[in-house]
Amino acid sequence: MNKPKPQTNLSYRMVFSLILMRDLTIALRHKDDIINPLLFFVIVVTLFPLGIGPESQTLSRIAPGIIWVAALLSTLLSLDRLFKSDHSDGSLEQMLLSPHPVFILVLAKIIAHWLLTGLPLILIAPLLAVLLHLNEQSYGALMLTLLLGTPVLSLLGAIGVALTVGIKKGGVLLSLLVLPLYIPVLIFATSAIDTAALGLPYNGQLAIIAALFFGSLTLAPFAVGAALKVSTN
Amino acid sequence: MSATHSKNVQPSLLSATNLTCIREERLLFDQINIAINRGDIVQVEGPNGSGKTSLLRILSGLSQPYEGQVLFNGQPINDCREEFHQNLLYLGHLPGVKGEMSAQENLHFTLALHGMINTDSTIKNTLEHVNLMGFEDSLASHLSAGQHRRISLARLYQSKARIWILDEPFTAIDKQGVNALEQLFKAHIAQGGCVILTTHQDLLTFPAEQVKKIALDYTFDSDDE
Repeated sequence: MNKPKPQTNLSYRMVFSLILMRDLTIALRHKDDIINPLLFFVIVVTLFPLGIGPESQTLSRIAPGIIWVAALLSTLLSLDRLFKSDHSDGSLEQMLLSPHPVFILVLAKIIAHWLLTGLPLILIAPLLAVLLHLNEQSYGALMLTLLLGTPVLSLLGAIGVALTVGIKKGGVLLSLLVLPLYIPVLIFATSAIDTAALGLPYNGQLAIIAALFFGSLTLAPFAVGAALKVSTN
Repeated sequence: MSATHSKNVQPSLLSATNLTCIREERLLFDQINIAINRGDIVQVEGPNGSGKTSLLRILSGLSQPYEGQVLFNGQPINDCREEFHQNLLYLGHLPGVKGEMSAQENLHFTLALHGMINTDSTIKNTLEHVNLMGFEDSLASHLSAGQHRRISLARLYQSKARIWILDEPFTAIDKQGVNALEQLFKAHIAQGGCVILTTHQDLLTFPAEQVKKIALDYTFDSDDE
């Protein structure tokens, strides 16, 4: 008789931008969520010259590692808010119960997270590189690895957050889960920057980071969706 | 009422077979069967901790049952997720309201998320239904618990979903609000929808025989209907 009619009129693109805009609006009204990880990044990086001393030789040798490790840690610091507040106020349930594919919802949230944490980090990195006397030839490599690598951090991190979102004190567990997954990005990114400093081509390392990026872009949202279903169970 | 004619021809709108739920090694309910048709209003009853919320979460597909399955129009809900979710409106304990957004933005987001195209005027109208006029631009973090619940309940006025699953919808709602909600339930079931809810209050405006009851108290009696 009255077969239920589909009533959703939203295309995937509209759903995507709906979630993206919502997350950006919330973050912009809650500015410390954006500023804290960025400030953490800046402070950690500036502590090294103070601790090690100002010799430019030593600093430029360790600069890629410092910048990347600080980037990993500051991303880790910001991951928590990706799903936590949505989980505790019930909006996550509502998103999972919407008729749209979980993939789209999750991807939009992760990209919003990257825009709020990864992008500011990339913008400020060259400034910190100056502070650490990074080799002039390495700037291109630094920017490219950050551009390809920080989305991977957000994507892989989202899996960890989704798994631990139901746990009250999931912070330590989250770092234990996520940091090992970040190791490949760290290795190839710093190696690319070091190679660039020697004036050699670093396409190989960059290609591997790009592969990590596209792999996690296509696969991580599925894993996150499945993990969220487990966490809300 | 007119919906009962189609009962024998069509499978139940929402049904569950042999549902068993175990939480923290405690059996909450065992092998219960439920059939909910168009035009039904179902009240799940039981003391605190008897598994009312667990049952509603299983029926809405948020939790997986230990055993048994939930069927929508005779199909397991996992096989027809999109269609099922288009016809489902679930409101849990948590209102799903963001403190950083205004009442209007919150409502706009939930409506849009569930596929309802809305304009500013429909949103304002809807907020008027739940007595939130004048608060539409206030950030939700400045509003009370009852007003949060009203924001989430406002969705009911726009919903075209057949199945309403409401977990304690009357919490923090004043008397007039409860009355308005009951009228809304009446209109909804008259249009061939169904309402499944938990509440510790009696539904005052419904005749007692119209409300189907599911009693959850395994220690005394596990039979339903």
